[in-house]
Amino acid sequence: MRDTLTSLRYRYWPDHLLGEILSKRWTETAIPVILLLIVGFALSRSIDHFLSPASLADTARQAGEIGFIGLGMALVVIVGGIDLSVGSIFALTDFCALYLLDVLNWPVPAVVVATLACGALLGAVNGVLIGYLRLRAFITTLITLIIYRSAFDLLIQRYSNSIAAAFPDIPSWNFIGGGDVLGIPSVALVYIAIAIFGHIFMTRLRPGWHITAIGGSRRSAYNSGIPVRRTIALCYVASGALTSIAALFFAARLGTVGGDIGVGLEVIVLTATVLGGITLGGGKGSVAKSLVGVLIVLLITNGLTTLNARGGINRMALAGILLIAAMVDIRWQKNRTRIISKVYVAPTYHALPPPPATEIGQGGPFEQNDKLRDVELIGLGRIEAPEDVILDRNNNLYAGSRHGDIMRFFAPDYQRMEVFAHIGGQPLGMAFDRQDNLYVCIGGMGLYRITPDGTVEKATDETNRSMHSVNDDSRLRLADDLDITDDGLIFFSEATVRYEMDEWPIDGLEARGNGRIICYDTKTGATHTALRGLKFPNGICVASDGQSILFAETFGCSIKRLWFAGPKKGQVEVVMDNLPGYPDNINLASDGNYWLALVGMRSPSLDLAWKMPGFRRRMAKRVPVDEWLFPNINTGCVVKFNEQGKILESFWDLRGENHPMITSMREHRGYLYLGGIMNNRIGRYKLDNVDPNFVQYDKRWGKLS
Amino acid sequence: MKRLRFNQQEIVFAVFAVLFLAFSIFLRGFLTPENMLTLLQNVAVLGILGLAMALVVIGRGIDISLIAALAVPPGLVLQMVQNGHSLPASLLTAVLLTIAFGLVNGWLIAYAEVPSLFATLATGLLLAGLGQAALFQLDVVQWSDGMQGFERLGQGTILGIPTSIVMFAIACVVVAFLLRQTRWGAYIYAIGDNPYAARVTGIPSRPIIVLQYVVAALIGCFAGLVMAASVNSMPTRVFNSTLIYDVILVVVLGGIGLSGGRGGVLNVIIGTLLIGTMLNGMTIMDISYAGQNLVKGVVLLLAVITDSFLNPRNEETAQQGDI
Repeated sequence: MRDTLTSLRYRYWPDHLLGEILSKRWTETAIPVILLLIVGFALSRSIDHFLSPASLADTARQAGEIGFIGLGMALVVIVGGIDLSVGSIFALTDFCALYLLDVLNWPVPAVVVATLACGALLGAVNGVLIGYLRLRAFITTLITLIIYRSAFDLLIQRYSNSIAAAFPDIPSWNFIGGGDVLGIPSVALVYIAIAIFGHIFMTRLRPGWHITAIGGSRRSAYNSGIPVRRTIALCYVASGALTSIAALFFAARLGTVGGDIGVGLEVIVLTATVLGGITLGGGKGSVAKSLVGVLIVLLITNGLTTLNARGGINRMALAGILLIAAMVDIRWQKNRTRIISKVYVAPTYHALPPPPATEIGQGGPFEQNDKLRDVELIGLGRIEAPEDVILDRNNNLYAGSRHGDIMRFFAPDYQRMEVFAHIGGQPLGMAFDRQDNLYVCIGGMGLYRITPDGTVEKATDETNRSMHSVNDDSRLRLADDLDITDDGLIFFSEATVRYEMDEWPIDGLEARGNGRIICYDTKTGATHTALRGLKFPNGICVASDGQSILFAETFGCSIKRLWFAGPKKGQVEVVMDNLPGYPDNINLASDGNYWLALVGMRSPSLDLAWKMPGFRRRMAKRVPVDEWLFPNINTGCVVKFNEQGKILESFWDLRGENHPMITSMREHRGYLYLGGIMNNRIGRYKLDNVDPNFVQYDKRWGKLS
Repeated sequence: MKRLRFNQQEIVFAVFAVLFLAFSIFLRGFLTPENMLTLLQNVAVLGILGLAMALVVIGRGIDISLIAALAVPPGLVLQMVQNGHSLPASLLTAVLLTIAFGLVNGWLIAYAEVPSLFATLATGLLLAGLGQAALFQLDVVQWSDGMQGFERLGQGTILGIPTSIVMFAIACVVVAFLLRQTRWGAYIYAIGDNPYAARVTGIPSRPIIVLQYVVAALIGCFAGLVMAASVNSMPTRVFNSTLIYDVILVVVLGGIGLSGGRGGVLNVIIGTLLIGTMLNGMTIMDISYAGQNLVKGVVLLLAVITDSFLNPRNEETAQQGDI
């Protein structure tokens, strides 16, 4: 009963999604967006007409104005600085616009251009000081804040009366201040245009990448030849210019130059920037984050004003939000990887019946013996991690190595060894096609083809992206083993889509169906996923009928058959289940049966743990990785089974000296060649009573003419 | 040929000397004993705040919230006495509030690892907002009868010296003692010089940083009490002024590098004298408040630029996030 409940809970509750979602970059934008929705919802419930068109248009106008300054601040923060002088630049450019329009009576276009130039110039002062003279951004913009503010104070003492006296009635000016298109305020339209450009600029154009690079690591950016000083300076210029755009709209809307214009504006904009999730110190941020931050701050301040909160409360709310946002941002940036690694491992329920006996004296097909005791060793100490071994029609032996090479041992004595091809990733399963091209699954890279002269070509490294997967599963993370059908389809297994090559044992801890079988068509070059949700699919072998493949599910402890042609096309059926060990590669035997490697034997402790997902999750959270309960892969065996799934024979190395660890085996001319991913050798075992002329690929593709 | 190098302290002192000389010669009424006392009296509060800021800046931080600590707890004392509480009880409450405030600052900076600039910017707003919203009835908290005798903290003379200057001197001695004579002071220098090395050495950097902000807040509160006593009220709107920039000006001009680990009380005194002379001279010249700010800003900018030329930052060792 309890087991049933556990099994149902783990079958239908997607535990694995949390870690996958958290590892997505967009979650960092999602949190402020959720906050925005909560704030918006709360305010719309407590304030009447909060969502009325008039109220929204009003909010949009303010949001547009602060939004421009927010974009400038975002740019400066992303490049690794800060601009405290925006409030004063805002005041000065506001004065500039009104002075030119009201006192000097300039035409509106000239006013716009001159105000933008004024803002850019004020920003350029910051830019030269911080970018070229390399002063500290904080202290420098603090000083320019004072200077610009006192200049503004001096100017309005002289001109505020003449500006207040003027009532310009120019249609274009009024349109800037209060016009709208289809109900959308002019300022919001301009903001949208600039925001879209800003997004493209930051994510698609070279200067935007330079800005992010400098913020991420100024030193590396400098060393890689990015013009650090100029880029930083231009960011401050842009910040000044964007602030002046905001000031233009503000001037056109209100037309006043009060003494406290822009006072404390830097705190509002800074709060918005941090709240949106733009990291202080640089390197991370986006236009969307800036917009979301501005909206949150604006909604809160407007909401509090509407609710008649006292000035002090408004201030406290803003400060409190800034503090909490900065704190969350800093803690998250610091602990992100640690949190993700804690929640990423999501074990699930996996029940197996008690395994068949393997002890001596118990009988049965798995009864242990010592047949592999005296295997002959090839390349002892000269090869590392030959996961798969294969022999060509000229009896040469090929094996992968941990260093990313395919090694070739020459017949007849296999003493001479050479690097046949260098690939760069760890070679796993291998198979020859009709033209003697060697197809290899490379962990972390995909499916590769090596021509007989040793040229390495990529066959495929991606498949179709599945719609419901959070992780990007179009990339091949762990291609494992393959076989080629008569029609030139290559079926290969991808053991897991959740872990990288070096983390594959953790997938065994999860025991979820994370793997899949992928089909690559050599004729069209197309790749598609044939079967999903498999528990670490591993060995693959085309069955004798030519219409199905046999595949091993390592942590499912079973062998299954997938029909790819014929009347049962697309169906899957179990050939063997509840194996006493974890099945690995499958290959043809000379008598029409199949060889199967068991990479390790099951243990009662892990079998029990597999039924206790909560226990494994606690273990993954609290215990260091090297003390986790992992599947045993130290001792295994080779078995032979027939088409019906009956075990015929097994081969063990009881002393554990020569060849206890086996991931693959190939029969060739009366011998069985053994590979193991943890081994520094290849084993060669003399088989009795078999066809001494059996060559796997002669049998598959016909004799060499 | 050996390159001639001056450190900032010497430059600022030279500028101060030149300025003082120029004012003495060209400004009538500058070099009189009365004016000198006024000058010192005016900058005493600024100087005390400068000491608090110096303490934090030496430990590689910055405390923007000093003005809030200056305005709110002393304002609370005045308000509570006005409301009929006794002076000692009010003082105790204010000191507890200040300590709590310093602890919040310190915790945010040392434990939550929020950059000191942002932490204090926000906590300053928070405390000022709290005062505005919950503590004070009016923007200017008035002196009341219960405060009788307390005004001697800021008014009158001791041995012929104005009390506020004596208070500044006492604060200088205390801070100098803390920095130079105690282990805690040495630790602050170590943390300011290289926080990572300090932590590796086994210095309990986090508690020390917390203590640093608590002490800074207490000094700020002390400055507020002196200020309130000298003007017989607490204008809490001082928070909106540019006073904090003057304080930073004092520290930076005095030659306490913002990167920490350098400087001492002497730098604060020099910085205070320069600013005091400058402000006093400009007041005698009848320059408007905004004009004075403009001049201050430009001087500060020149000082920072000069500093960057004399002690240039290296692109290779400039820290990320070093804003």
